[in-house]
Amino acid sequence: MGHAEQLVPLNWYIVLSTFLFCIGVMGVLFRRNAIIILMCIEIMLNSVNLLLVSFSAYSGNSDGQVFVFFIMVVAAAEVAVGLALMMSIYRNIGSTDIDVLNKLKW
Amino acid sequence: MSQLIFYILSAMTIASALVVVFSKHPMYSVLSLVVCFFTIAGHYILLNAQFLAITHIIVYAGAIMVLFLFVVMLLNLNRESEPHKSGKLKFAATISAGMLFLILIAAMKSTTLEPFSFPPPSTNGMIQHVGQRLFTDYLLPFEISSILFLSAMIGAVVLAKKEKH
Repeated sequence: MGHAEQLVPLNWYIVLSTFLFCIGVMGVLFRRNAIIILMCIEIMLNSVNLLLVSFSAYSGNSDGQVFVFFIMVVAAAEVAVGLALMMSIYRNIGSTDIDVLNKLKW
Repeated sequence: MSQLIFYILSAMTIASALVVVFSKHPMYSVLSLVVCFFTIAGHYILLNAQFLAITHIIVYAGAIMVLFLFVVMLLNLNRESEPHKSGKLKFAATISAGMLFLILIAAMKSTTLEPFSFPPPSTNGMIQHVGQRLFTDYLLPFEISSILFLSAMIGAVVLAKKEKH
């Protein structure tokens, strides 16, 4: 098994995670539903995780995987707080449309 | 063989991520994000990071996506209530994301990577090794992250609680 997975070049992983990151950026710019925007932020975090894991695997150093572990911790906390915010926004305004949330707009 | 698996997994990852962005129905977005997370876990297994693959499935597909699903169902979001940006803004968003992709790829092309061409067969991703690192070199951040979790939990409860009128 050890030899079979030595065939994928590192560059492909870089291109893949760059593409995923750009999809996340596009989703943040593209959508107006705040929950979908949170999901696109998750995609961006995951693309960075994938890049860290691939660099860690290809350099034979497990530091990157520990960092990914901590990123997962922060992502879980972020989603919990973000969705709680969405709930209270929805309760007060009746919508999760980000164009309605313009009270802080200059 | 592993190239073929990589191709299939990448195609599924990208397709499901695109469905997340373009789907009209929020529920479909959530479900395809679950697929996206599972394929990323497959990438981790392909990269010999078994511990992270399992943690990824448990944390993302198990906990975070259930939270998202519950919120989408609680708020009763559906196709009719889904707000849309104007066509001009959508076009601008696509163009700017594509340009970001081009810039990042160009930057990647102009750098010279260290020639770690192929991964050495290692046990780095096994739970034994990662756990040892986590409890020796990274003990303090590990403990601090538990405090972060506690505060996030309290914050979420306080924020989502119904206000008394």
